[in-house]
Formats: sequence, C-alpha cells, structure tokens
Amino acid sequence: MTLSADRTTGRLPDAFLRPGSSSFVDFLAEHAPDRLPGNRVMPAGVTDPATLSPHATTIVALTFDGGVLLAGDRRATAGPMIASRSIEKVFPADEYSAVGIAGSAGIGLELVRLFQLELEHYEKIEGSLLSLTGKANRLATMLRANLPMAMQGLAVVPLFAGYDLDKDTGRIFSYDATGGRYEEHEHHGVGSGSLFARGSLKKLWRRGMDADAAVQVAVEALYDAADDDSATGGPDTVRGIFPVVATVSVDGYQRIEDAEISRVAEQIVAQRRERGHLA
Amino acid sequence: MNMPFYVSPEQLMKDRADFARKGIARGRSVVVLAYDGGIAFATENPSRALHKISEIYDRIAFAAVGKYNEFENLRVAGVRYADMRGYSYDRSDVTARGLANAYAQTLGTVFITESKPLEVEIVVAEVGATPEDDQIYRLTYDGTVADEHGFVVMGGQAEQLGRKVKDGWRENMSLGEALRLAVAALGSGEGSSSRTIEAAQLEVAVLERGRPRRSFRRLARPVLADLLADGAEASSGEATGDDLPPVDALPVGTATPGTSTADTVPPDPTDSAAGSGDTATTGPDASDAGPEGPTDASPTEEKPDERPEAPGSTPDTER
Repeated sequence: MTLSADRTTGRLPDAFLRPGSSSFVDFLAEHAPDRLPGNRVMPAGVTDPATLSPHATTIVALTFDGGVLLAGDRRATAGPMIASRSIEKVFPADEYSAVGIAGSAGIGLELVRLFQLELEHYEKIEGSLLSLTGKANRLATMLRANLPMAMQGLAVVPLFAGYDLDKDTGRIFSYDATGGRYEEHEHHGVGSGSLFARGSLKKLWRRGMDADAAVQVAVEALYDAADDDSATGGPDTVRGIFPVVATVSVDGYQRIEDAEISRVAEQIVAQRRERGHLA
Repeated sequence: MNMPFYVSPEQLMKDRADFARKGIARGRSVVVLAYDGGIAFATENPSRALHKISEIYDRIAFAAVGKYNEFENLRVAGVRYADMRGYSYDRSDVTARGLANAYAQTLGTVFITESKPLEVEIVVAEVGATPEDDQIYRLTYDGTVADEHGFVVMGGQAEQLGRKVKDGWRENMSLGEALRLAVAALGSGEGSSSRTIEAAQLEVAVLERGRPRRSFRRLARPVLADLLADGAEASSGEATGDDLPPVDALPVGTATPGTSTADTVPPDPTDSAAGSGDTATTGPDASDAGPEGPTDASPTEEKPDERPEAPGSTPDTER
C-alpha cells in the first residue's frame, strides 16, 4: 500500500490527483482502507473485547444564550480500576463545533482525530465550512462504519455540539452506536454518569442563561454525576485536575481555563457543604 | 501538416517547454514575499470562488499560476498528501520540503511522459518559528525546484515584476509595506504604465507566524483596503507608494539578503528553464531539494520572444 508518495518514483500517486470527493474518509476508504478505524478485524477468540481499551465516561452539553457548551469529566476506567485521572474527552471538532466521547476510549479518540481531519479537509478543499447539520451527519456516517466493533463491545457514543452560523444558535446532537443521530434541545448528557448528570441539568438549566451561568450548571451536573457514579471523576483539588469545559459561540470554540473551573468547583463544594448531608 | 520522421530530444523538450511557458505567461502574476510576521501572497483575481492561493496544512500554503484545472488538481493532491501524512504520523511531520519533492516528481514525470506538460508554476511555502526557518519553494512546469529566499514572482510578466519586487524588498518589512510593494508590482507592467489595483480585485492571504495551529488566513477586503491605504498616507509623497523610502538607505547586502539564491534563480520561468540545462544557475538548490531528472531534460536555448502582449486579454478565471 502506498503511503503518501509513490515509493518507486516519489511522485504523487494517481489516486491523489484524481478529481473526486472532498471527504478525507472517502479518500482513505478508497486509497488506504486499512487505515480506517472501523475496518479493523477483531480476531476470533477474544472473550471480552470491551476490556481491551479503557472506558471514557460522562459528557454533558447544554445551550445558553448565544452558544452551546460541552463539558466532560477526566476519568477513564478499566473495569473497577481507574485507568486515567486526566484523560480529556472534549475536543474542538473545528472552529465552530466541539465533540465529546463516551465509551471505548481508544476508538473514540481515533474517531475524533479522523473527524477533526474530515472537517478540516473539506474546508481546505471546498474553501467553505460544512453546515452544522452536515458535520453532524458526517459524524453519524463515521460511527456507522464502527458498528461491527460496537457489536463486540467497543462502542463509542459521541456528543456533538456546535454553533449554527445559518440559524445563529447553538445546537446539540447525540448518537447511538449504530450511527443514529438525534438532535437534542436545551441539554443532554451521555456516558455512565449521564443518568445523574441529566437529572441535575433538568433542575439547573434555565432559558436565557449566559455563558458563565452555563459553566456553573455544567460543572455542577458533572459534580452530581461523580457523586453517584463511580466511573465519573469529580473535581480533583489535590492534583488540580478539573473537568474540560468548552463553549462554542459565534466567536468560535473556546476552552474555559482551569483556574475558572477551579473557582466554580470550589463554589459548588462550598454550597453543598452549607446545605449539609442532604445535598 | 507534415510529420517529421525524427524529432531530436532537444527539439522535443524545447517545444514542450515553450508550450508550457506560453501558457503560464498568459495569466496574471502571483507575488509571494516574506514579511516580519510571516509570508504574504498576493495576486490580482476578481473571482471570490476560484482561488490561486490556498491552504495546504497548518504552516504550509500553495500558490499557483497557469491553467486553473491543472493546478487545482495539484492543490487537491497536495491537501490529500499533507492530511494523509499528518494522519499517519503527526501534524509536525508534514513539511513543505516533502510536498515540494512530491510535486517536483509529479511535474517532472508529466513533462517527460505525457503528451502535454502541465502549464503551471507553483510556490509551496512554509512559515517557520523564526524568519530564518521560513521556506519558499518554487516549482516550474518541468519539475525544477528552486529554494527561494524572501520573495518570488511568477506568471504573467514575471521577470519585469520580479525586478520591481527585488528593488523594493528587504528583510523584516511590515505586512502593510510588503503588501503595498506586492500590489504596486502587480499594477506595474506593460512598459511604464502603472495602475492602482483596488482591494476588491485582489486575492491576498498570509501565513502568520504567530498563530497557534493553522496559520493560513485570507485577508478580507476591508482589512486589505486598510493595509493598502496606510501606505498611501505613510508615503504621502509618492503617488502609489511603490517606491519604499528605506530601500535606498539600506546597504545592498541587507536589501537583498540571500542574494546567492535570489540572484542565481531568476524570477522568470524562461530564464529558469534556460539556465537549468547548464547546471550552474539553478543547480545547487534544485539538487538540494531533490529531483534532478527533469532538470537535465530542460531545453537550453535563448529566451523565446513569444512574451504575451496583453496579460489581461484572456479571462483570468480560466488561468
């Protein structure tokens, strides 16, 4: 398989010069299918493939006035063990969207990398951005390709959020392992702690919140998730590890600084302490 | 039409080179030049959709003159090459040098084996951490690579415009100065007549050293108009601001740093092709950067006199 330039002559392979799709994934499928994450063949005899890669946990998303927010805790687990305390699961997909992953971490991170590249590749070739729905659909297609792996226990469940430049609003999309795409309104959560996080979001989310209020709500929802779900990590003040929180607005993707998250987390802890054991 | 039984390789190569040069010279020029904060690209291009300048990767950009469909094909191939490489290894492993080599081999092979050479000339530029790390590669239709320093002018009246840019260019120009020089050069030509090109007629982009990841940025019309207008005020004496005052003040050495390459690689494709046959002129850089096959095959003859009369006579979008 030719890598990037023809080995014998050094010239660009014909496939590179062929006019066609502006999708990098389609190009890979044609030119180097072995490199697509979904195309790997799982060897027979692996009894529990899900244990091969650590499990990434809770992601929440919520809209606010002028944008959308995506946040994720920092824990990855391998069965009862904590595999990582500082894994990051929320990424910029491009300038106006963000993606978070729950599920099999190894495959999820690779999927994100390919998705980022897919959007950038399209942007460079076409000279324009995909619509937000177009990006969401693209992610669904990529997930669909991962279905065989998902059926063996290596499922990835992303949460996609972005700012729709045509509609001037933040939007949230959730997925299932088969590539089903569902638009969510106001707020949503995925991953092992999402049950608790969603309950929290339901009580805390308000119409017309600004970005600062949204950050507080997101951190509190993750706090609640960490409170009841062993696979979700809470704010770690000892090591200074805090959830990754990012907003996407008309100004683009912006990750909120750790110092700010730390301040918000302290505030929440203080409130809970005050309310006592019922909190 | 009578078909000769035998065509000497020299004649064959010369015909192909002439053909390619004619095509390239018919379009409008692109000026690429380094400034203190990165590398700037400018060309006259009224189209908003058909670009001559575009992004390849984080720190790498592409500019081309010639036939649109041909260089567009190469551009897409370049983006695929870069993305494929970055995906397989790491983003930092994608270099302009590698891409320039792949382009050179491709152009060289087409020049020799296909029935028609590609009528394109390309610049692949990469902005480095410091101005010394900046790389500008210029590739001609036959696969010749030249490692340029400071500036490149290609397409149209490249030689004439190149002289103008060479006179005005110095190290560490500001973006405004660099763009005013580029635009003044683009507006000159056809003897002594010069015109002022409006911001709306320009396609300008920069690779900005200071930007964190993707350093390529197109300059929107208002920004561009501001940058060009600043010069009109600053050099209030000059009509177009094309003669930048500091040039005279600088010693020759600083005015054209990297003189060795800038001089030995003339800004005109016709010169470049004529020179590359007898080793010395483009020799060192061409062999540094990789391919040597096509270079040997280049024709060795005088500059042909088929320079086009009117660069603007054909619709620019086709070129």
